[in-house]
Amino acid sequence: MTAAVERLDDVTMDEVHLTTPVSDEDIARLKLGDVVYVSGVLYTAREGVYRKVVGEGRGLPGTVAQLTNVNFHCSPAATVKPDGSYAVEAVTATASFRFGKSMSRWFERSGARVIVGKAGLTETAYREWFVPHGAVYLTTVGYGLGATYGRSISRVLEVHWLRELGIAQALWVLEVDRIGPFLVEGDREGRSLFALANREVNRRLVEVYQELPPPALSRFGETLSRQDEVVL
Amino acid sequence: MARAISAKLIEDTARELTARAAIDIPPDFRRGVEGARDRERSRLPRFVLDEMLRNWEIATGERRPMCADTGLPRYYVRAGNEAVIEGGFVALERALRKATADATASVPLRPNRVHPLSRVDRNNNVGIHAPEITYAFEPGRDFLDVTTVHKGGLFGSDYRMLFPSDGIPGIRRFFVDALVQFGKRGLACQPAIVGLGIGGAKDTCVRLGKEAACLRVVGSRNPDPEIARLEDELTALGNYIGLGAMGFAGTSMVVATHVEVAFTHTGGMPVGIHQFCLSSRRATARIHPDGRVEFRTDPEWFTDYYRREGVE
Repeated sequence: MTAAVERLDDVTMDEVHLTTPVSDEDIARLKLGDVVYVSGVLYTAREGVYRKVVGEGRGLPGTVAQLTNVNFHCSPAATVKPDGSYAVEAVTATASFRFGKSMSRWFERSGARVIVGKAGLTETAYREWFVPHGAVYLTTVGYGLGATYGRSISRVLEVHWLRELGIAQALWVLEVDRIGPFLVEGDREGRSLFALANREVNRRLVEVYQELPPPALSRFGETLSRQDEVVL
Repeated sequence: MARAISAKLIEDTARELTARAAIDIPPDFRRGVEGARDRERSRLPRFVLDEMLRNWEIATGERRPMCADTGLPRYYVRAGNEAVIEGGFVALERALRKATADATASVPLRPNRVHPLSRVDRNNNVGIHAPEITYAFEPGRDFLDVTTVHKGGLFGSDYRMLFPSDGIPGIRRFFVDALVQFGKRGLACQPAIVGLGIGGAKDTCVRLGKEAACLRVVGSRNPDPEIARLEDELTALGNYIGLGAMGFAGTSMVVATHVEVAFTHTGGMPVGIHQFCLSSRRATARIHPDGRVEFRTDPEWFTDYYRREGVE
């Protein structure tokens, strides 16, 4: 085990190359803030696929679960050409907090161990839903490295549920060559890089808000704590 | 009788605009982000901005969309008062809808547009009230200015009814609230151009804030010196609160702040706020009646006429 990253200043941003399916040993070695590149196979899955797998209790289609354990929360800028082939030019993540409550059952059904997405989840969510399944979270960078990630897609292996879910929500199985950079946001112990960042940001906000008067009319149900997370 | 602008030319131009917006970052915004990167002392947000700058080079070099979330494509049309469109405004709207559908496949864009309840996706970014088309007019001109904007829409926008007693401090507070709410974890995809619409009715300030973010270039200033000072002050405040790119502690939160105002109810001061994300995608073309088309990245949307105060 390496020393835990406790503050943003401790982040060493070591470059790490993973191949799929990602092994438990490789997962355990990832430190918060490591800069990760992935080679092999990964697949996109967001609301539509989660609805089928978690909501309707379907398994991942075909041999996807055997091919890889990396799920990208995203949908591509892609098109189906007249000859039936696919063009995927860019990929960027969608915000992952919306899948929070589904994650535990998602891991059980999909066998995924690495989630790539946007903005991460809270440490509570990681401890409750990721750690028991040995899973980690990588955040995309930017956000919006669509062209950077897109050029690392060497081919589209399979597309599932395209007709029912549409291009944006379908499950795209992509062969990738050093796709990245991603940052380790949630590690094997359930720590979060964004939580570290928020602790520093929150200290500053106390001072910033001393100069900012509350509005004449409050909103009903408005949170009063600036330390609160707005995501799950 | 002036020569009519052909609907086919509008369609071809809009298709080209859509590709340019999705692929090529406007130079004014890129320079703004370079400045934010140079000022940023923290390692993580600096790394993020370096990667973003490289991503735009790859996008332009390889003709790939810069971001796979190609937002909600929409159009802003400024029609010269003397402009005549072959087939009228119905033909214009058909041309813009057709161009959107075609470009979705040819660029490709992500087909983001779905029915809000059934979630049905036609895979072409066209549907009920989609793409949106907003109009403005200009006296004494015979051209059409067509601008497309591809704005991500989920995080970064907010509306609040403030009151005259809240004053500038209340605007400052609401501005910081919105930056923090959407800036943590980088949900707003900052640093961004932040647009504020102040005044009017609820829909007016929301519309103006969006136009201020999406249709004014970095470096532009509101012609009212007091409003221009407020713009500078808010940009400085936004970069002081301690948030950087992706929500890491830093200073890279706001590339520019643009404020637009509208006369409002005597008892209120509604404010709409918008953050145009790191993929600030816009492209404009001027279509002349003789068939000439000039492409540019400055929409030049806020003209003196558009901001007029009097009857004329």
